[in-house]
Amino acid sequence: MRELQYRHAIREALDEELARDENVVVMGEEVAQYNGAYKVTEGLWEKWGDKRIVDTPISEAGFIGMGVGASMLGVRPVMELMFWSFHSVAFDQLVNNASCVRYMSGGLINVPIVVRGPANGGTGVGATHSHCPESLFAAFPGLKVCAPATASDAKGLMKAAIRDNDPVFFMENTKLYGLEGEVSDPSEGDHLVPLGLAEVKREGSDISLIAHGISVLHALEAAETLASEHSISAEVVDLRSIRPLDQDTIINSVIKTNRAVLVDESKPFAGVSSQIATLIQEHAFDHLDAPVKRVCTIDAPAIYSPHIENEQLPNPRRVVEQVLAIA
Amino acid sequence: MGAQIGAPPGICSHSAPTLKEGSQAPGRRRIVVTLTLARHGGAEYARPEATRMQENPAAPPFAVMDFSSSPINRDLSNDDKIGFYREMIRIRRFEHLSLAQYHKGRIGGFLHLYNGQESVAVGTVSLMGENDHAITAYRCHGHALAVGMGMNECMAELLGKVSGCSQGKGGSMHFFAPNKNFWGGHGIVAGQTPLGLGLGFGLKYKGLEGCALCFLGDGAINQGAFHESLNLASLFEVPIVYVIENNGYSMGTSQLRSSAYRDCLAQRAEAYDMVWDLINGEDVYEIRAKTHIAMERARKEHRPTLLEIQTYRYYGHSVADANAAKYRTPEEIERYKSDHDPIRIWERRLTEEGIATAEELKEIEKEATKEVKAAINFAEAAAPPTIEDIQHHVYWEVDEDTEAGNSGRHFFND
Repeated sequence: MRELQYRHAIREALDEELARDENVVVMGEEVAQYNGAYKVTEGLWEKWGDKRIVDTPISEAGFIGMGVGASMLGVRPVMELMFWSFHSVAFDQLVNNASCVRYMSGGLINVPIVVRGPANGGTGVGATHSHCPESLFAAFPGLKVCAPATASDAKGLMKAAIRDNDPVFFMENTKLYGLEGEVSDPSEGDHLVPLGLAEVKREGSDISLIAHGISVLHALEAAETLASEHSISAEVVDLRSIRPLDQDTIINSVIKTNRAVLVDESKPFAGVSSQIATLIQEHAFDHLDAPVKRVCTIDAPAIYSPHIENEQLPNPRRVVEQVLAIA
Repeated sequence: MGAQIGAPPGICSHSAPTLKEGSQAPGRRRIVVTLTLARHGGAEYARPEATRMQENPAAPPFAVMDFSSSPINRDLSNDDKIGFYREMIRIRRFEHLSLAQYHKGRIGGFLHLYNGQESVAVGTVSLMGENDHAITAYRCHGHALAVGMGMNECMAELLGKVSGCSQGKGGSMHFFAPNKNFWGGHGIVAGQTPLGLGLGFGLKYKGLEGCALCFLGDGAINQGAFHESLNLASLFEVPIVYVIENNGYSMGTSQLRSSAYRDCLAQRAEAYDMVWDLINGEDVYEIRAKTHIAMERARKEHRPTLLEIQTYRYYGHSVADANAAKYRTPEEIERYKSDHDPIRIWERRLTEEGIATAEELKEIEKEATKEVKAAINFAEAAAPPTIEDIQHHVYWEVDEDTEAGNSGRHFFND
């Protein structure tokens, strides 16, 4: 099977959906002539032109709101936030408008918009550019949130997100953009990954490591170490989609392994893992042999110092330590 | 120079290009200043030391400008003109009787009444065609009725019933009727302005000849989202007409105490190289004449316009606010009711032009009252939503029972 970089997998998804549906329009800062700040949209403007690939000014509240408004009329905008950290200047549009308009209209309106961009720490850009807001937005009914870890999932989820008739907030990762992974060839058929479907990325029997986004890769690396150095068989569950959430896969894994460590780049307070923990205690309490533990970002704004910033984030070493504490 | 296309001879246009043309502009500006401030006694009240009002005491009042012969107005039938009256009085009666329902405790939350501003919604919405779309803020009942929403569904929404326009999920601030090109009803000040921009963007993207009418209050002009929206509208050449309904107060803060401006609020459009105009909201003819020009500019040239329509509200920002007890005088409100009321002024027009008699108009008002009372009966008898209804209309895919709507867990109650 061919290998594609994560960023190119997303680009291929955009390209295919632009071809499939003339209502799909890609908008954002530097997405067109500059080819994208992280080169996700590279070449699309050249291919699709001004109407379909639109450069916006640095004006997130304005252009995100514009996308929401256009989507009410049936346009299907895919809006790039250069960083998801910039959500804060467009918050009213993302929350009050994208998530509530359908509800407040009694179902008369729907908002088929995708808002995408990187949401991660660990790149030396300090607290303002390192937010991971997936738990924040998953807390608003009406919104959908996903965070793919691999190139294949990024492509399949992006295509599903664009076709979805509800607003989907798509969280990517600058540290994943350059990573290559297997992606099926378009000649093999449409590659779609439905929202709301987790995937067991590694089978195991002793403990469940439940993660999303780049934390899945940390969990997989930790699982290797646990197997080779500690004879512990860890199962890795990749959520892929935060809301809707594949509760069955999570619970089935915990019922099988009787232990869980949740790996989550959110901050610990009300992070994605908080929700997973509460579901596990409610639906698999009798199957637990140990408390559910979490590896989250250390609870402070993102530190700048390159010497230490990766220690603030979940990493394989911290995952192994937490597993050993309960296994 | 689109702003001058349909203006009657001798009428000033306040479009940006005209102002840029030089020697005439300062004189006209002084007129604008006077009109703006003289009509907003609230500014006087809030800032008694303000002296700008005296800059040009000899400026002509709005009334000398007659827009009845403007192209969009001269072919109006008598029925059309009576129709505007009917629409305005329906709104006024609806609002008036809603207030009674509010005082009886049947309406929850806020109630932002439109009384005094009826001419704005009726005049502008009367110009909407098949591909024109409207969106507004929370003072939305007037626009809702003007676009043709029924009183029953509106009153039922206020009373929180499932037969309300939003099935009891929106309330007073959130009326919607997409099938009538009406996109709300939005609760956050200026939050609707990027959405309105998106409606215009969508029209242009789909190659339709139409425009977005985006209403906002004078308080909204100081929000960042509004300015971002203006910049994008001008930059992307979006077919949109922004309508500032300037009632002189952003909640309890007068225009002078809330906005920095030289001559009028719409002038801010110049910073975005956008055409603007100032409109006397007392006069349905003027509203239609000038708004029509702006809508045509949007439809035909894809150029946005910022309009400021000067108007006045009789009740508080919402009915719960202190109103005359705090930030303006009862005398000021009475003065507007007696001298500047758009419905009374239109009524006078109709009788003076021999289009309708006072008795006939009274009859129309009575019919409107009857219609509201019937709507109240309808709303009272309607069923409230059930607990099960709470989680409907959150996700389209779930409501439609699609494959995506059945994939994964969407709700987290337990």
